[in-house]
Amino acid sequence: MLHIITLIAILASALLAIEAKDLLVSVVMLAAMSFLLSLEFFLLQAPDVAITEAAVGGCLTTAIFVLAIKKTRRLEDESS
Amino acid sequence: MRDMSKIVKITALVVLAPLITFGLYIIAHGHLTPGGGFQGGVIIASCFALLFIAFGKQSKHMLNKELLSVAESLALFGFVFLALLGLRKSFLNNFLANSGAMFGASVPFGTKEAYINTAGTIPLMNILIGLEVSCALTIIMLLMLNEKVSKHAGK
Repeated sequence: MLHIITLIAILASALLAIEAKDLLVSVVMLAAMSFLLSLEFFLLQAPDVAITEAAVGGCLTTAIFVLAIKKTRRLEDESS
Repeated sequence: MRDMSKIVKITALVVLAPLITFGLYIIAHGHLTPGGGFQGGVIIASCFALLFIAFGKQSKHMLNKELLSVAESLALFGFVFLALLGLRKSFLNNFLANSGAMFGASVPFGTKEAYINTAGTIPLMNILIGLEVSCALTIIMLLMLNEKVSKHAGK
């Protein structure tokens, strides 16, 4: 049961990350997806992979994306 | 690029020390629990990422890129040196295990709690890999922070 809820939540957060017009919201949704994915790894009894996923996907890539958004624009272009 | 508020900066500084301690814990217990050099190194690097995001332009001169690069290279050199030390039998031979020296105690028999003073060269290699990974990822962060963006980019 917990597996199904986690997988649906992963799908929902990934869709929100694609659809969001605000890029910061998109990055936060990507981090949420990453943490849910690490929870799924933990449920599948791979704690080592779960730690790596949480640290790399949840913290480092989010930080790099936030730094990149700080350097450029925050809102997505409507025209493109 | 606006600066963060004072609340964010103080909170980042308060959280920094426990997070680095947690990363060091993951590295030091790499041979007993899930995790190890890479995971702990990434956690330590993400602490510095928090620092960079909170302080923005002020954090440009907090860390020296050349020093980090030298530390990364030294850690990798130490790893290969430690692997070559076991060359009397084979490359990466665990010559310290069960020798009674540092990290050289033998594992107690039966289901007891884990004993940290075991496993020979593996903890030493975990520490070196942790140093290497944290320095490398911090260098990537520093390069992202210092990158100049031209006005016409992305338009």
